Amino acid sequence: MLNPQLTKDGKLKHLLSIEGLPRRILDQILDTAESFVGVAEREVKKVPLLRGKTVCNIFFENSTRTRTTFEIAAKRLSADVINLNVNTSSQSKGETIIDTVNNLTAMHADMFVIRHSQSGAAHLIAKHVAPHIHVINAGDGRHAHPTQGLLDVFTVRRYKPDMHNLRVALVGDVLHSRVARSEIHALTTLGVPEVRVIAPKTLLPEHVEKLGVRVFHDMREGLKDVDVVMMLRLQNERMSGAMLPSTQEYFKRYGLTQEKLALAKPDAIVLHPGPMNRGVEIDSAVADGSQSVILPQVTYGIAVRMAVMAILAGNSE
Amino acid sequence: MNLPEAEVLLQSLAERLKAIARPDTALVGLYSGGAWIVERLIPMLGNALDHGVLDSSFYRDDFNKRGLHAEPKPSHIPFEVHDRHIILIDDVFYTGRTIRAAMNELFDYGRPASITLAVLVNRGGRELPIAPQISAYDCELTAAQNLQLLRNDDGSFYLKLEDTK
Repeated sequence: MLNPQLTKDGKLKHLLSIEGLPRRILDQILDTAESFVGVAEREVKKVPLLRGKTVCNIFFENSTRTRTTFEIAAKRLSADVINLNVNTSSQSKGETIIDTVNNLTAMHADMFVIRHSQSGAAHLIAKHVAPHIHVINAGDGRHAHPTQGLLDVFTVRRYKPDMHNLRVALVGDVLHSRVARSEIHALTTLGVPEVRVIAPKTLLPEHVEKLGVRVFHDMREGLKDVDVVMMLRLQNERMSGAMLPSTQEYFKRYGLTQEKLALAKPDAIVLHPGPMNRGVEIDSAVADGSQSVILPQVTYGIAVRMAVMAILAGNSE
Repeated sequence: MNLPEAEVLLQSLAERLKAIARPDTALVGLYSGGAWIVERLIPMLGNALDHGVLDSSFYRDDFNKRGLHAEPKPSHIPFEVHDRHIILIDDVFYTGRTIRAAMNELFDYGRPASITLAVLVNRGGRELPIAPQISAYDCELTAAQNLQLLRNDDGSFYLKLEDTK
């Protein structure tokens, strides 16, 4: 089957999910992001690549950090940026997603950044847009959040360049997490030999081991000798019914504390995609501690999103 | 056509740069050939000059036609550009478009006091009002010819001329 993300000659046209992308494309994005890290350290933090192009951030679901970093990334590439929070506009008047997108296309948008609570929304839009338009998935339901997955592996690669020798653990609500899925695909595609997930059974999808991960239910076992700990946010807003006894109980068993982190390698790093629930999945002492790379993740997020937009904008059929 | 020895050209380039280098001069090499040349020139000029590398991929005028270069390399300018006398170094000067892009990028680091362009070979065919002040060798090649600087395993340079059509 033709990959809807690629042009006929195998270049990245849309970024919808990391699943199904070849390693050469992930490497190209990460290597390009490396160059954009330097741009942010200069006197003029802008390059002229997307001059004259319009990037539309269409958020059907709320987000502060992702929308802001996409906006900064597009502006540092010299694009014009339009932000749309659709839950407050036409959709509440009954307009369909495709109509919204067609209207923006008529206003000469060149790139859409889409966040939606329904899995597959970005795919649907990519299928319907004009051939010169590029679509980036900024999170769709429980499915994928590819730029977050990419910025997480970019952060890992910056601190632990030898990815073929790493043990990485994802801890927490894998079931509801599009970030977890994107991280797992990115890590395994880049050749990380051991990816673990640590979570209670109720917060793991069925057959999760088919993604190529080792499953642990006990944090003390799962964190042993890992190089990287990727915490996941407890997605209270996506939960229905009683999947957890209480957040205090959850913190006791799956919250990351200094004491549990001590089981990992002494130089292990800790990531979190934000926003953090302090005292639920992560203790403040860890979040603000010396092994935390949570704020560098945010900074690298801009460079990675610049890389994705710059690569897409240059690849047309 | 007989190509000159790249190593001889490098010596001659070093001599000419020695004559104009001042304490506030800095060398900036363009990826990849210009960066290799700067690496060799720095010890030849006494190891005292500030130096850096530029990859002008993000400033190219053919982005809309050709997309982003597959492997851009990070630019690295580890000194203040403001008020410095910059010597831009490239291997082969052709259309001038790379130099235009590189100068635009350089100004995003600061306002240099001056920019001088020095190259190993000026092969003719410029398309912009930009020309090297210093070139170790000049020739006129056709658009179908491609001249490249390459490196042997021991790091020494050689030139390769190919017919592309």
